[in-house]
Amino acid sequence: MRKHRDTLKNPEQEVRIFRNRSLLAALVVILMSGGLVARLVYLQIFQHEVYTTRSESNRVRVEPLPPTRGLIYDRNGVLLAENQPTYNLTIVRERVDDLDKTLALLIDILKLPEDQVATFMERSRQRQRPYQPALLMSELTEKQIARLAVNRYRLPGIEVEAQLLRHYPDAEFMSHVLGYVGRINAEELAQLDTGDYAGTHFIGKTGIEREYEEILHGEVGLRRVETNARGRVLRELGRTDPAPGSDLTLTIDKDLQRLGYELLDGRRGSIVAIEPSTGDILAMVSSPGFNTNPFVTGISYDAYQALRNDPDLPLYNRAVRGQYPPASTVKPYMALAGLANGVITPQDRIYDPGYYKLPDHPRHYNNWKRWGHGWVDLHRAIVVSNDTYFYDLAHKLGIDRLSDFMKRFGFGIDTSYDVFGASDGLMPSREWKQGRYGQAWFPGETLSVGIGQGYWLATPLQMATAMSMLANRGDWVTPHLAKRIGGEPVNPPPALEGIELENENWWDLVFKALEDVMTGYEGTARGSGEGLTYRMAGKSGTAQVFTLDNDQRYNAAELEERLHDHALFSAFAPIEDPQIAVAVIVENAGGGSSHAAPLAREMLDAWLLPGDAVNESPDTQPPEATTEEPQPHESA
Amino acid sequence: MSLHDSAVLHYGRGSSMKRRRTLWSRIHLDPWLLALLLLLLAGGLVVMYSASGQQMSVVYAQASRLGVALAGMAIVAQLSPAMMYRWTPLAYAIGLAMLVAVEIMGDIGMGAQRWLEIGFIRFQPSEIMKLALPMMLATYLHRRSLPPRVRDVLACGVLMAVPVVLIAKQPDLGTSLLVASAGLIVLLMAGLSWRLIGCLAGLAAAALPLLWFNMHDYQRQRVLTFLNPESDPLGAGWNIIQSTTAIGSGGVFGKGWTQGTQSQLEFLPERHTDFIVAVLGEEFGLAGMLTLLTVYLLIVGRSLLLANGAQDTYGRLVAGSIALTFFIYVFVNIGMVSGILPIVGVPLPLVSFGGTSSVTLMVGFGILMSIHSHRRLLPR
Repeated sequence: MRKHRDTLKNPEQEVRIFRNRSLLAALVVILMSGGLVARLVYLQIFQHEVYTTRSESNRVRVEPLPPTRGLIYDRNGVLLAENQPTYNLTIVRERVDDLDKTLALLIDILKLPEDQVATFMERSRQRQRPYQPALLMSELTEKQIARLAVNRYRLPGIEVEAQLLRHYPDAEFMSHVLGYVGRINAEELAQLDTGDYAGTHFIGKTGIEREYEEILHGEVGLRRVETNARGRVLRELGRTDPAPGSDLTLTIDKDLQRLGYELLDGRRGSIVAIEPSTGDILAMVSSPGFNTNPFVTGISYDAYQALRNDPDLPLYNRAVRGQYPPASTVKPYMALAGLANGVITPQDRIYDPGYYKLPDHPRHYNNWKRWGHGWVDLHRAIVVSNDTYFYDLAHKLGIDRLSDFMKRFGFGIDTSYDVFGASDGLMPSREWKQGRYGQAWFPGETLSVGIGQGYWLATPLQMATAMSMLANRGDWVTPHLAKRIGGEPVNPPPALEGIELENENWWDLVFKALEDVMTGYEGTARGSGEGLTYRMAGKSGTAQVFTLDNDQRYNAAELEERLHDHALFSAFAPIEDPQIAVAVIVENAGGGSSHAAPLAREMLDAWLLPGDAVNESPDTQPPEATTEEPQPHESA
Repeated sequence: MSLHDSAVLHYGRGSSMKRRRTLWSRIHLDPWLLALLLLLLAGGLVVMYSASGQQMSVVYAQASRLGVALAGMAIVAQLSPAMMYRWTPLAYAIGLAMLVAVEIMGDIGMGAQRWLEIGFIRFQPSEIMKLALPMMLATYLHRRSLPPRVRDVLACGVLMAVPVVLIAKQPDLGTSLLVASAGLIVLLMAGLSWRLIGCLAGLAAAALPLLWFNMHDYQRQRVLTFLNPESDPLGAGWNIIQSTTAIGSGGVFGKGWTQGTQSQLEFLPERHTDFIVAVLGEEFGLAGMLTLLTVYLLIVGRSLLLANGAQDTYGRLVAGSIALTFFIYVFVNIGMVSGILPIVGVPLPLVSFGGTSSVTLMVGFGILMSIHSHRRLLPR
């Protein structure tokens, strides 16, 4: 204490110093507070808008509500494409404590095979916002869902999410009609309105699914939700419901389609059936088909390669893209072309020695019957499918008139209304050949075209369409697949003008000839005309296969089969009130009258006869079966 | 030195004060300061209800801690400054010993070790130093003539450096800086010459790079994030982005009590502890923030006033340090939450959830009231 007294302690001065320093400190305190106030004013007044927006976007999230895809029905209301719930596994990383441990646990619980573990781990590393669910695995099985549910308490942040997935119950025989949906790829994404497709994962890739994508998709809805920092939705602030896609009713009859597919029995071929009065496509079969369901979630590379490399080309839609020589099935149209252009009359006859020879050319153009049919008029030419008569007719017509007239039957152009990927086929003409080969048209080429060979190519759909028009006596009806869109009937405008003939009887003449193909004693398809209880018009065709594609491997057994003729048949019935027109092609099957005609007959029976026509006894005689002609040719 | 009751008056005070002994001075509490503190605590609990996500249990827990803190204040206020003066060196020594103990246990336990457990009580020795260091310096300077000379400053520097370095090594950079600033305030209030202040500032500036290289990675990250919070918006920058967003979106009058989306939807981290002021800013706006600042400033002002009324150097320096350190806590917390200071773990005084810091602060105010109300001289 003594020490302290010695050190000149001046209480007055100390008080003064402290007072001064206090004032200074108070000043500093006020200045620093002023700094805080300035900061707060800046944040809360000048930047208020910015932070309000930021806080709103923090808490409010706009979530797209993807619309439910429209369903697809057949003409009788049978479901062809449905939406099935499936379950996905998602992870919210933020809520997972130990990612590695959780993943190991999941792999154990789900009993994932080795090869799936890699993709699984890869997906888990996707850079996502930590509070947003990321997809780990799709299409969980019932068992896996159950195992996850039991272990739920051990797996925070792991959720099972429901999703609607497209499913095709009759995928195989409907494959080419319906097509399929698949995940939107980068290319499609670039072309899409991202707003409309926000939240939509699937898009129509081919077929009806592609053609009517806009209608089936519907309109996206939105909901504004309030979320907390972990991204959990707390409440909904507002909502615009999505407009589900419209349901589509097709013109297809599922049973007829199935029958067609079964008739082809895995062989390469196609059957197209059309209702002539409406243009409704009743069946559009391409065989072999394929299961479209794996394409929805993503088909494996191996499975896809197997389909692609299948020599029978199951992915190829023969009904609308397959281009075949229509062969002798065009003879009724040729006959009408001749009549309409006045180059023949029904009574004109030619003598067939078994070949045709151009006046100034030595080459022989052979009739299919080597020794000839002798004297042939129009009726007989059709019934026996005489080639010589039609060589002569084609020569008289010339390629220009021939080509023009055939285009009016829809050859060489795609006249369909809503068939995805339908091909134009090829109706050759002088201009076409000049453009394509830079060569003049040779008269000999007209002869080949005259019997539906040569350059002439047509799709089964085109053949069925032409047959429908014939059945309609020249009235054009556009072939189409959609019958009703969301309950509204579809009435496609005619794609072409109809054909008016000077003499309406010419139609009857041709019909009579086609009927005799089925039932006449010389009819090429009389084998298939047995026991007919309605009046059926039909025409066979046998298309020669000349060449192989360069890229096909040499395989003796294969080659031989592939060199066989294509069997074709076009038909409609009943003649007085046509209900159905059909075109059948069976690749490399041989003659049309024996290998395609029975299929056409079964299709017509199925459509026209009550119950299962195949098992109907031929004795059953519906009233319209009585024709002006007797039916003596039970067997010939 | 005997412990009389305060019969002997300071010679500098007017004799009119002599026999005016109010009830308040008998119980050694300052009514103004007490009223302001109670206002702050009550307001704090209101904000706490909202900040805890409307959990009354949290409010009750905090209220009971504040009750303990208030009791601590009232008890400490009864102790005479003379007694405190005598016990200060011991308290300082015990604080140092505990810091050393923590340091040793930290070596065993790896990483940050701030807590000491004695029986049921778990506390941070660094909290003791918040009061013990300035009191130790005041005790030292009380015996010296003021303004302090270089020798005194060096001595004080040693007294400060030991605990500050120990706390910084825990590592708790924020607290060590706060403890250091409490000591510096004592020196400044003691009349440290401007020349020496200049020297010290120069030294501090020179020490900054040294500090940087001795920082832990996470501490450096905090500083970097402070300088550019957008660099890591989902990680370290998240806190500061969310707190400024909360405050900014509050506007002038706020979104309303319990209506703050940032705080109620848990975008705001640490919403009922270090970042509670952002809840106030969001829900009560600028008006609420200015009210809070006003209450704090009134408390600081009243404390400075009481400090100036102290009768001796020890009392003045201790009281002045308590008042200004309190403000520094306020400034650092609001500064960090509003994004003008880096994130250091400093709670908002007497509002943030937590017992230890509230008790320390209230004990500080108890000491302040004791210094004010015990009007007798210390030995010179």
